[in-house]
Amino acid sequence: MSEQQASTLKDLDAVRAMIRRHKLNDYIFALIGLLALMVGLLTLLTLFVDLVMDGYTRLNAGFFTEFPSRRAAHAGLLSAWVGSMLVMMVTAVTAVPLGVAAGVYLEEYAPKNWFSDIIEINVTNLAGVPSIIYGLLALGLFVYILDLGQSILTAGLTLALLILPVVIVATRESIRAIPVHIREAAYAVGATKWQVVSDHILHYSFGGILTGIIIGMARALGETAPVITIGALTFIAFLPPSPVSTEPPFLNFEWLSAGFTVLPIQMFNWLSRPDQAFHVNAAATGVVIIVVTLLMNGTAIWLRYRIRKNIKW
Amino acid sequence: MNTATQVLNNPLEHVISDRLAKNFRRHFKERVIEFILMLAALSAVATTIAIVAILLYESASFFKTVSIVDFLTDTQWTPLFEDAHYGILPLVSGTFTTSAIALLVAVPLGTIGAIYLSEFASHKVREICKPLLELLVGVPTVVFGYFALLFVTPMLQKIFPELPGFNMLGPGIVMGIMIIPYISSVAEDAMRAVPMSMREGSYAMGATRFQTAVRVVAPAATSGIIAAYILGISRAVGETMVVAIAAGQQPNLTFNPMDGAATITAYIVQVAMGDLPHGSIGYQSIFAAGLVLALITLFLNLLGHLARKKYREAY
Repeated sequence: MSEQQASTLKDLDAVRAMIRRHKLNDYIFALIGLLALMVGLLTLLTLFVDLVMDGYTRLNAGFFTEFPSRRAAHAGLLSAWVGSMLVMMVTAVTAVPLGVAAGVYLEEYAPKNWFSDIIEINVTNLAGVPSIIYGLLALGLFVYILDLGQSILTAGLTLALLILPVVIVATRESIRAIPVHIREAAYAVGATKWQVVSDHILHYSFGGILTGIIIGMARALGETAPVITIGALTFIAFLPPSPVSTEPPFLNFEWLSAGFTVLPIQMFNWLSRPDQAFHVNAAATGVVIIVVTLLMNGTAIWLRYRIRKNIKW
Repeated sequence: MNTATQVLNNPLEHVISDRLAKNFRRHFKERVIEFILMLAALSAVATTIAIVAILLYESASFFKTVSIVDFLTDTQWTPLFEDAHYGILPLVSGTFTTSAIALLVAVPLGTIGAIYLSEFASHKVREICKPLLELLVGVPTVVFGYFALLFVTPMLQKIFPELPGFNMLGPGIVMGIMIIPYISSVAEDAMRAVPMSMREGSYAMGATRFQTAVRVVAPAATSGIIAAYILGISRAVGETMVVAIAAGQQPNLTFNPMDGAATITAYIVQVAMGDLPHGSIGYQSIFAAGLVLALITLFLNLLGHLARKKYREAY
């Protein structure tokens, strides 16, 4: 009897020990999981600190107002950031209307048939095409066949094609989140499809679309490979003609066909020189790029978070 | 009588015809708008067609000079030299080696991270972690190239003193860290799609969280997790700037991560920087290289798409 009791107690202890062990395993695994996720974030942090440590000496006002130069200490980012801004302008003007329109069509208009399936498969597939392939497309099509040259227009259009899937997917997702009864209410008072879309759907999905646009533009800003492939120059000591003038007609479009360089290419150029002094410039440029893209992405993520929290239906 | 009816009806007729006209205008406008929106959606199809057409067109001229057999079997890639060889293998080996290193880093970390996010993390931790990972995805690759060349490689040189300045190990590791978020987010998606009842069944049998995650949830989400890996491979293969900056640009038929080598993407960048004349064999060679790259990624994306479709259908 007592022997049996003892063995039951022993079994109980064994079970308790097993439970403790398993709980410990759970705990250890959770810790490893968190660490695994932290690797990426720690890298990002190290990367940023490393860039700042290497490049902080060049981060002053002069860095943004001077042209590239043979002497590293006098070389600046002026032509690169102006080029980036102008290219981004072309990208935004092209990709935003095209992407939003395509997203609206696929979500609100497209019939469910093989035709829409093909478009949909294309969009998914384009999102997975490596960016350098877009560069080759642009080199063959925009630069030579359409004869747009190695210009701001070419670069802007290339990056627009590149971020098109991002804008389309964001548009579709935020439209899909709108409940059907919003549409039904509008139809019930006699609105046409387009009235429903422009007055209600676009209105409610605006935040989500904006999030996608910002993420896409941040990506376009940081993309290097396709812009190198179309043959962007790396040493530009002049600015494209100004888009705005003081005399009528106030706007001119000569800048579209101007040669250019952009921030990531300037960084790549300085980085590929053997001279250490230029590496400092590359680091400083890296800080600029990373701060701008992180700010843009951060804004987009914050915006999405707010929208999710303030959903009205 | 007649005139009276006319007088009476006229205003009404007028209203009706007005409304009909407006209706027609409305209808017409709707059609035009729908057509314009459809054209915008077709731009995606047009882009795909243009990519395929350009790559095939320029590669076709390339393959007029170079035989496909040479292209696939020659072990040297020196299109710009006097003694030109056009064997894609050295570029493929560089691409393969850097991607393999990246996967060795990203697959374990990404999978463990995904299991943690899906099965262990509290709602709060997840809400903080996922946006941060998204930020990591947003960092431009040229910056990671700097990191690989001037931070990771010097650090590795302290461990392996004979490591050259340009090698595949450093950029491979950095690329791996870059693709962790892609893998972890798709794999997490797949695991979250596993129905709660399966977890409850496992818990009811006395399994722990860890046992449930590894022996029930992960196997149930296998096809989705594989899709995540395939997406990761596809990213690594297409990645350009990190390898162009830090792996060197010398085509080299080797699988040794300690060596420097050019990948397909690095070669394209190198040639594009050199400003080759339009129509020369060097110019055409980047399109042939691009075609190979596009075919590899297309194959991987299709495979990933099928795998993902499978797990979406399963539950």
